[in-house]
Amino acid sequence: MMILLLIMGMGCVTFLLRLSFISVAGKTSMPQWLQRCLQFVPIAVLMAIIVPDLIYQQHHYQLLNNNERLIAGLVAALVAWKTNNVLLTIGTGMGLLWLLQSL
Amino acid sequence: MHSISATFRAGIRAFLPIAVGIIPFALISGIAAMSVGLSIPQAIAMSMIVFAGSAQLVAMQLLAEHTPVLLIILTTLIINLRFVMYSASLADHLAQLKQRWKWLSAYLLTDQAYALAISLYQRKPQMRYKPWFYLGAAISMWITWQIGAVVGMLVGQQFPASWQLDFTIPLTFIALAMPAIKNRRLAAVALGAAIMAGATAMLPYKLGLVLSVLVGVGLGLYLEGRQA
Repeated sequence: MMILLLIMGMGCVTFLLRLSFISVAGKTSMPQWLQRCLQFVPIAVLMAIIVPDLIYQQHHYQLLNNNERLIAGLVAALVAWKTNNVLLTIGTGMGLLWLLQSL
Repeated sequence: MHSISATFRAGIRAFLPIAVGIIPFALISGIAAMSVGLSIPQAIAMSMIVFAGSAQLVAMQLLAEHTPVLLIILTTLIINLRFVMYSASLADHLAQLKQRWKWLSAYLLTDQAYALAISLYQRKPQMRYKPWFYLGAAISMWITWQIGAVVGMLVGQQFPASWQLDFTIPLTFIALAMPAIKNRRLAAVALGAAIMAGATAMLPYKLGLVLSVLVGVGLGLYLEGRQA
Protein backbone atom coordinates (compact mmCIF):
# COMPACT_ATOMS: atom_id res chain seq x y z
CA MET A 1 0.00 0.00 0.00
CA MET A 2 2.80 2.37 0.98
CA ILE A 3 4.70 1.40 -2.16
CA LEU A 4 1.64 2.08 -4.31
CA LEU A 5 1.28 5.51 -2.70
CA LEU A 6 4.96 6.20 -3.35
CA ILE A 7 4.70 5.18 -7.02
CA MET A 8 1.59 7.29 -7.59
CA GLY A 9 3.12 10.29 -5.81
CA MET A 10 6.39 10.10 -7.71
CA GLY A 11 4.52 9.55 -10.97
CA CYS A 12 2.20 12.56 -10.49
CA VAL A 13 5.00 14.93 -9.50
CA THR A 14 7.19 13.84 -12.40
CA PHE A 15 4.40 14.02 -14.98
CA LEU A 16 3.29 17.51 -13.90
CA LEU A 17 6.87 18.81 -14.11
CA ARG A 18 7.19 17.35 -17.61
CA LEU A 19 3.81 18.66 -18.75
CA SER A 20 4.23 22.19 -17.32
CA PHE A 21 5.22 24.22 -20.36
CA ILE A 22 4.44 21.66 -23.06
CA SER A 23 0.71 21.84 -22.19
CA VAL A 24 0.45 25.59 -22.78
CA ALA A 25 2.63 25.77 -25.90
CA GLY A 26 1.01 27.77 -28.67
CA LYS A 27 -1.37 29.52 -26.25
CA THR A 28 1.13 31.48 -24.24
CA SER A 29 4.56 32.16 -25.59
CA MET A 30 7.45 31.74 -23.25
CA PRO A 31 8.71 34.97 -21.66
CA GLN A 32 11.82 36.45 -23.29
CA TRP A 33 13.95 36.24 -20.14
CA LEU A 34 13.15 32.55 -19.76
CA GLN A 35 14.14 31.90 -23.36
CA ARG A 36 17.46 33.65 -22.75
CA CYS A 37 18.05 31.51 -19.66
CA LEU A 38 17.19 28.28 -21.44
CA GLN A 39 19.95 28.48 -24.02
CA PHE A 40 22.38 27.81 -21.17
CA VAL A 41 20.39 25.09 -19.40
CA PRO A 42 21.27 21.94 -21.39
CA ILE A 43 25.04 22.22 -21.10
CA ALA A 44 24.82 23.22 -17.42
CA VAL A 45 22.59 20.20 -16.60
CA LEU A 46 24.88 17.80 -18.45
CA MET A 47 27.95 19.06 -16.59
CA ALA A 48 26.07 18.87 -13.29
CA ILE A 49 25.27 15.19 -13.93
CA ILE A 50 28.72 14.22 -15.25
CA VAL A 51 31.14 15.90 -12.82
CA PRO A 52 29.94 14.40 -9.51
CA ASP A 53 29.91 10.94 -11.14
CA LEU A 54 33.59 11.32 -12.02
CA ILE A 55 35.07 12.93 -8.92
CA TYR A 56 32.79 11.95 -6.02
CA GLN A 57 32.55 8.25 -5.25
CA GLN A 58 31.44 6.36 -2.13
CA HIS A 59 30.88 9.67 -0.32
CA HIS A 60 34.44 10.89 -0.93
CA TYR A 61 36.25 13.08 -3.41
CA GLN A 62 38.62 11.06 -5.60
CA LEU A 63 41.18 13.01 -7.57
CA LEU A 64 43.31 11.83 -10.49
CA ASN A 65 45.50 9.43 -8.57
CA ASN A 66 43.60 6.23 -7.93
CA ASN A 67 40.50 7.34 -9.86
CA GLU A 68 40.17 5.27 -13.02
CA ARG A 69 36.73 6.74 -13.76
CA LEU A 70 38.03 10.30 -13.85
CA ILE A 71 40.91 9.38 -16.17
CA ALA A 72 38.64 7.32 -18.45
CA GLY A 73 36.02 10.10 -18.41
CA LEU A 74 38.53 12.80 -19.37
CA VAL A 75 39.89 10.72 -22.25
CA ALA A 76 36.32 9.97 -23.36
CA ALA A 77 35.57 13.72 -23.29
CA LEU A 78 38.56 14.29 -25.57
CA VAL A 79 37.28 11.57 -27.94
CA ALA A 80 33.79 13.10 -27.90
CA TRP A 81 35.18 16.55 -28.64
CA LYS A 82 37.38 15.35 -31.53
CA THR A 83 34.99 12.82 -33.13
CA ASN A 84 31.39 13.68 -32.10
CA ASN A 85 30.88 9.89 -32.04
CA VAL A 86 28.70 8.54 -29.20
CA LEU A 87 29.61 4.86 -29.57
CA LEU A 88 33.32 5.57 -29.88
CA THR A 89 33.14 7.77 -26.78
CA ILE A 90 31.40 5.11 -24.69
CA GLY A 91 33.66 2.36 -26.08
CA THR A 92 36.85 4.28 -25.31
CA GLY A 93 35.65 5.18 -21.82
CA MET A 94 34.63 1.62 -20.87
CA GLY A 95 37.70 0.07 -22.49
CA LEU A 96 40.04 2.42 -20.68
CA LEU A 97 38.25 1.85 -17.35
CA TRP A 98 38.65 -1.93 -17.67
CA LEU A 99 42.28 -1.58 -18.80
CA LEU A 100 43.22 0.73 -15.91
CA GLN A 101 41.55 -1.55 -13.38
CA SER A 102 43.29 -4.65 -14.70
CA LEU A 103 46.72 -3.03 -14.28
CA MET B 1 12.82 14.18 -43.49
CA HIS B 2 10.09 14.89 -46.02
CA SER B 3 7.20 13.22 -44.16
CA ILE B 4 5.93 12.45 -40.68
CA SER B 5 6.99 8.83 -40.87
CA ALA B 6 10.45 9.62 -42.27
CA THR B 7 10.97 12.17 -39.50
CA PHE B 8 9.75 9.68 -36.89
CA ARG B 9 12.22 7.09 -38.22
CA ALA B 10 15.01 9.67 -38.12
CA GLY B 11 14.23 10.08 -34.40
CA ILE B 12 14.51 6.32 -33.89
CA ARG B 13 17.83 6.22 -35.75
CA ALA B 14 19.22 9.13 -33.72
CA PHE B 15 18.38 7.21 -30.54
CA LEU B 16 20.05 3.90 -31.48
CA PRO B 17 23.68 4.77 -30.59
CA ILE B 18 22.47 6.14 -27.26
CA ALA B 19 20.72 2.85 -26.43
CA VAL B 20 24.09 1.35 -25.52
CA GLY B 21 24.32 3.83 -22.67
CA ILE B 22 20.66 3.37 -21.63
CA ILE B 23 20.49 -0.43 -21.38
CA PRO B 24 22.92 -0.81 -18.45
CA PHE B 25 21.16 2.07 -16.65
CA ALA B 26 17.77 0.39 -17.19
CA LEU B 27 19.18 -2.97 -16.05
CA ILE B 28 20.51 -1.33 -12.90
CA SER B 29 17.13 0.24 -12.15
CA GLY B 30 15.58 -3.24 -12.33
CA ILE B 31 18.24 -4.77 -10.13
CA ALA B 32 17.94 -1.96 -7.58
CA ALA B 33 14.17 -2.45 -7.35
CA MET B 34 14.65 -6.13 -6.52
CA SER B 35 17.42 -5.44 -4.04
CA VAL B 36 15.20 -3.21 -1.88
CA GLY B 37 12.46 -5.82 -1.85
CA LEU B 38 9.90 -4.59 -4.39
CA SER B 39 7.84 -7.29 -6.09
CA ILE B 40 8.14 -7.55 -9.87
CA PRO B 41 4.65 -6.01 -10.42
CA GLN B 42 5.55 -3.11 -8.12
CA ALA B 43 8.86 -2.59 -9.89
CA ILE B 44 7.18 -2.68 -13.32
CA ALA B 45 4.54 -0.20 -12.10
CA MET B 46 7.24 2.17 -10.90
CA SER B 47 9.20 1.88 -14.14
CA MET B 48 6.07 2.56 -16.23
CA ILE B 49 4.43 5.24 -14.10
CA VAL B 50 7.47 7.22 -12.96
CA PHE B 51 9.81 6.51 -15.91
CA ALA B 52 12.67 8.63 -14.53
CA GLY B 53 15.88 6.69 -13.95
CA SER B 54 17.86 8.92 -11.60
CA ALA B 55 14.81 9.64 -9.45
CA GLN B 56 13.92 5.92 -9.30
CA LEU B 57 17.46 4.95 -8.26
CA VAL B 58 17.54 7.59 -5.54
CA ALA B 59 14.05 6.51 -4.39
CA MET B 60 15.26 2.90 -4.04
CA GLN B 61 18.18 4.08 -1.95
CA LEU B 62 15.89 6.14 0.31
CA LEU B 63 13.35 3.31 0.52
CA ALA B 64 16.09 0.97 1.75
CA GLU B 65 16.89 3.53 4.46
CA HIS B 66 13.20 3.59 5.52
CA THR B 67 12.74 7.24 4.50
CA PRO B 68 9.13 8.50 4.83
CA VAL B 69 7.12 8.36 1.56
CA LEU B 70 6.47 12.10 1.54
CA LEU B 71 10.19 12.88 1.76
CA ILE B 72 10.95 10.50 -1.14
CA ILE B 73 8.30 12.25 -3.24
CA LEU B 74 9.81 15.62 -2.34
CA THR B 75 13.24 14.35 -3.40
CA THR B 76 11.73 13.20 -6.69
CA LEU B 77 10.42 16.73 -7.19
CA ILE B 78 13.89 18.21 -6.69
CA ILE B 79 15.69 15.70 -8.91
CA ASN B 80 13.11 16.11 -11.66
CA LEU B 81 12.87 19.93 -11.53
CA ARG B 82 15.06 19.94 -14.63
CA PHE B 83 12.07 18.57 -16.57
CA VAL B 84 10.39 21.99 -16.23
CA MET B 85 13.36 23.52 -18.04
CA TYR B 86 13.22 20.82 -20.73
CA SER B 87 9.46 21.25 -21.00
CA ALA B 88 9.81 25.00 -21.53
CA SER B 89 12.64 24.51 -23.99
CA LEU B 90 10.69 21.97 -26.07
CA ALA B 91 7.24 23.57 -25.81
CA ASP B 92 7.37 25.73 -28.94
CA HIS B 93 8.78 22.88 -31.01
CA LEU B 94 5.83 20.66 -29.99
CA ALA B 95 3.18 23.39 -30.29
CA GLN B 96 1.65 21.94 -33.48
CA LEU B 97 0.58 18.72 -31.67
CA LYS B 98 -2.96 18.06 -30.45
CA GLN B 99 -3.42 18.16 -26.68
CA ARG B 100 -3.43 14.40 -26.13
CA TRP B 101 -0.18 14.05 -28.09
CA LYS B 102 1.32 16.80 -25.94
CA TRP B 103 0.39 14.73 -22.87
CA LEU B 104 2.10 11.72 -24.40
CA SER B 105 5.16 13.84 -25.29
CA ALA B 106 5.31 15.11 -21.71
CA TYR B 107 5.06 11.60 -20.25
CA LEU B 108 7.93 10.48 -22.52
CA LEU B 109 10.25 13.40 -21.64
CA THR B 110 13.73 12.27 -20.55
CA ASP B 111 17.25 13.72 -20.53
CA GLN B 112 18.12 11.68 -23.61
CA ALA B 113 15.03 12.40 -25.72
CA TYR B 114 15.35 16.08 -24.87
CA ALA B 115 19.05 16.25 -25.71
CA LEU B 116 18.59 14.45 -29.04
CA ALA B 117 15.63 16.57 -30.13
CA ILE B 118 16.89 19.97 -29.04
CA SER B 119 20.27 19.50 -30.68
CA LEU B 120 18.58 18.78 -34.01
CA TYR B 121 16.12 21.70 -33.62
CA GLN B 122 19.04 24.03 -32.95
CA ARG B 123 20.78 22.88 -36.12
CA LYS B 124 17.58 22.92 -38.23
CA PRO B 125 15.24 25.55 -36.80
CA GLN B 126 13.09 25.57 -39.94
CA MET B 127 12.49 21.81 -40.23
CA ARG B 128 8.93 20.51 -40.66
CA TYR B 129 7.31 17.76 -38.56
CA LYS B 130 9.54 18.68 -35.59
CA PRO B 131 7.48 16.83 -32.95
CA TRP B 132 7.75 13.54 -34.81
CA PHE B 133 11.52 13.46 -34.52
CA TYR B 134 11.14 13.92 -30.76
CA LEU B 135 8.44 11.24 -30.55
CA GLY B 136 10.56 8.76 -32.55
CA ALA B 137 13.49 9.22 -30.18
CA ALA B 138 11.33 9.34 -27.03
CA ILE B 139 9.28 6.23 -27.85
CA SER B 140 12.46 4.28 -28.69
CA MET B 141 13.85 5.43 -25.36
CA TRP B 142 10.69 4.26 -23.54
CA ILE B 143 10.68 0.81 -25.13
CA THR B 144 14.41 0.32 -24.55
CA TRP B 145 14.07 1.45 -20.95
CA GLN B 146 11.11 -0.81 -20.10
CA ILE B 147 12.66 -3.89 -21.67
CA GLY B 148 15.99 -3.18 -19.98
CA ALA B 149 14.31 -2.67 -16.61
CA VAL B 150 12.35 -5.94 -16.83
CA VAL B 151 15.45 -7.86 -17.92
CA GLY B 152 17.28 -6.24 -15.02
CA MET B 153 14.57 -7.46 -12.64
CA LEU B 154 14.68 -11.01 -14.01
CA VAL B 155 18.32 -11.78 -14.69
CA GLY B 156 20.30 -8.61 -14.01
CA GLN B 157 21.52 -9.85 -10.67
CA GLN B 158 23.76 -12.25 -12.62
CA PHE B 159 25.91 -9.38 -13.98
CA PRO B 160 29.14 -9.14 -11.99
CA ALA B 161 29.42 -5.70 -10.40
CA SER B 162 33.08 -5.68 -11.48
CA TRP B 163 31.95 -4.83 -15.02
CA GLN B 164 30.90 -1.38 -13.76
CA LEU B 165 28.39 -0.97 -16.54
CA ASP B 166 26.88 1.98 -14.67
CA PHE B 167 29.87 4.01 -15.93
CA THR B 168 28.21 4.11 -19.35
CA ILE B 169 25.77 6.67 -17.86
CA PRO B 170 28.26 9.54 -17.41
CA LEU B 171 29.95 8.46 -20.65
CA THR B 172 26.65 8.90 -22.50
CA PHE B 173 26.26 12.37 -21.03
CA ILE B 174 29.88 13.22 -21.94
CA ALA B 175 29.20 12.21 -25.54
CA LEU B 176 26.19 14.54 -25.58
CA ALA B 177 27.86 17.45 -23.77
CA MET B 178 31.04 17.96 -25.77
CA PRO B 179 29.39 18.78 -29.14
CA ALA B 180 27.03 21.19 -27.32
CA ILE B 181 29.95 23.48 -26.38
CA LYS B 182 29.83 25.55 -29.56
CA ASN B 183 31.32 28.87 -28.46
CA ARG B 184 33.32 30.51 -25.68
CA ARG B 185 30.26 31.62 -23.76
CA LEU B 186 28.89 28.08 -23.65
CA ALA B 187 32.34 26.82 -22.66
CA ALA B 188 32.33 29.28 -19.75
CA VAL B 189 28.83 28.12 -18.73
CA ALA B 190 30.00 24.49 -18.88
CA LEU B 191 33.08 25.25 -16.79
CA GLY B 192 31.12 27.24 -14.20
CA ALA B 193 28.47 24.53 -13.84
CA ALA B 194 31.17 21.84 -13.67
CA ILE B 195 33.08 23.60 -10.88
CA MET B 196 29.87 24.19 -8.91
CA ALA B 197 28.80 20.57 -9.43
CA GLY B 198 32.17 19.40 -8.14
CA ALA B 199 32.00 21.68 -5.12
CA THR B 200 28.43 20.63 -4.22
CA ALA B 201 28.73 16.90 -4.95
CA MET B 202 28.34 16.03 -1.26
CA LEU B 203 24.96 17.75 -0.89
CA PRO B 204 21.99 15.41 -0.43
CA TYR B 205 18.98 15.01 -2.74
CA LYS B 206 20.88 16.12 -5.85
CA LEU B 207 20.63 19.73 -4.63
CA GLY B 208 24.02 20.31 -6.22
CA LEU B 209 22.45 19.75 -9.66
CA VAL B 210 19.98 22.59 -9.18
CA LEU B 211 22.66 24.91 -7.76
CA SER B 212 25.06 24.13 -10.61
CA VAL B 213 22.43 24.86 -13.23
CA LEU B 214 21.65 28.18 -11.53
CA VAL B 215 25.35 29.12 -11.52
CA GLY B 216 25.80 28.08 -15.16
CA VAL B 217 22.75 30.02 -16.35
CA GLY B 218 23.67 33.06 -14.23
CA LEU B 219 27.16 33.07 -15.69
CA GLY B 220 25.79 32.79 -19.24
CA LEU B 221 23.39 35.71 -18.71
CA TYR B 222 26.16 37.81 -17.16
CA LEU B 223 28.54 37.19 -20.08
CA GLU B 224 25.76 37.87 -22.60
CA GLY B 225 24.84 41.12 -20.86
CA ARG B 226 28.45 42.29 -20.76
CA GLN B 227 28.85 41.73 -24.50
CA ALA B 228 25.60 43.48 -25.47
